[in-house]
Amino acid sequence: MDNLGIDVLFKGTNFIRLLQGLWVSVEISIVSVVISIILGLVVGALMTLEKMWLKVILKIYLEIVRIMPQMVLLFIVYFGTTRVFGWDVSAESAAIFVFSFWGIAEMGDLVRGSIKSIPKIQFESAFALGMDKKQTYFYIILPQTIRRLIPLSINLITRMIKTTSLVMMIGIVEVLKVAQQIIEANRKTSPNAAFGVFAVVFLLYFIVCWPISRLAVYLEKRWA
Amino acid sequence: MDIDILKEYIPLYKEALILTLKIGWQGIFLSLILGLIGAAILHFKVPVLKTITGIYIEIFRNTPLLVQLFFIYFALPKVGIQITAETCGVLGLGLLGGAYMIETFRSGLESIPTIQTESALSLGMTNGQTFYHVILPQAVSVSVPGLLANVIFLLKETSVFSTISLMDLMFTAKDLIGMYAKTIECLFLLVVFYLIMLLPVSLLGAIIERRARYGQFGD
Repeated sequence: MDNLGIDVLFKGTNFIRLLQGLWVSVEISIVSVVISIILGLVVGALMTLEKMWLKVILKIYLEIVRIMPQMVLLFIVYFGTTRVFGWDVSAESAAIFVFSFWGIAEMGDLVRGSIKSIPKIQFESAFALGMDKKQTYFYIILPQTIRRLIPLSINLITRMIKTTSLVMMIGIVEVLKVAQQIIEANRKTSPNAAFGVFAVVFLLYFIVCWPISRLAVYLEKRWA
Repeated sequence: MDIDILKEYIPLYKEALILTLKIGWQGIFLSLILGLIGAAILHFKVPVLKTITGIYIEIFRNTPLLVQLFFIYFALPKVGIQITAETCGVLGLGLLGGAYMIETFRSGLESIPTIQTESALSLGMTNGQTFYHVILPQAVSVSVPGLLANVIFLLKETSVFSTISLMDLMFTAKDLIGMYAKTIECLFLLVVFYLIMLLPVSLLGAIIERRARYGQFGD
């Protein structure tokens, strides 16, 4: 197998560098997911309110996020706003800002969907039993909403990790960039390294995302 | 913002849009075919092929398109499989999309109650007739909103093609920024052209979704 470049990975600290690169993506996704989930809950709750102006604003926000590729948003924040406003944004903060902006909208929509999916009879029965609005939400609606929401938000985590592979484009050194560096550095001694190294990157992403998405499927089946 | 510069750049963006659409639609077409085949395999529980389809879905749903493209474009030539950038884009998009389309079609097929199959069979239809005339039309109308969401998702994903030097919208913008540093004009046109590409699909999605609901619930 050594002509396919697997050996390159075990030279020096190459494999550890790859893992460090992967960790950069995962770190950005974790921060963005936490922000998305917290603010997404708020935005989702706002989406269910019957206020016209609020609905219009949130609809436009959701539509922007749905239509614009994340890469375009990254470029706008990292290259566009820095140019217009003359401020200095690190690539990491630009990435976290963009992925949170995207995640909050996605999460908000999931929250709205979960709240809407609770049948009306649940509210009516709770009121008929003499519960007030606060009690109904806290004891009846919220537990059911959260059950539906948890598998969906776990899915959001894997999507976030997959999307963070784009940060390479604004100059963050993550796993793909490290892979390219390793391949370049060993071009002379191991010209076929691209195969082995990219195969390992492929596998690394799979190893990170697969268990998380299995967990989501498992919870969805158990709580459905 | 400089109007003259916009005018100068628009033809370049137009060309890029055409290329993006060309690869995008070829990829989506491929993904629809893969999706139908895969969903039929899972629906009829074909032995062996069922397992392969399952593995395929898990692999392509759990890795980013960027990594898939890098693998196809940079790694496969090392084992003797040479592919042009365009084919690579179509193939990558098609394979990624296929994994999502299978799930959408399958949930559409699963949503049709078994009584439909049983009734058709008891009316003397064959298995094939039942699937083609009774199950498939209903399943497709249920899957349409999901399919359109997938189409939008895939057209958005085309933005990563720039990494394998396909001259798509993203590549053109990056290239022009690099050469002339007219960042604001370039990004403005980038946004406008993505809107031109995706807004009609998104609006069409809303209309078709309503019609599909009408087919299903009649309201």
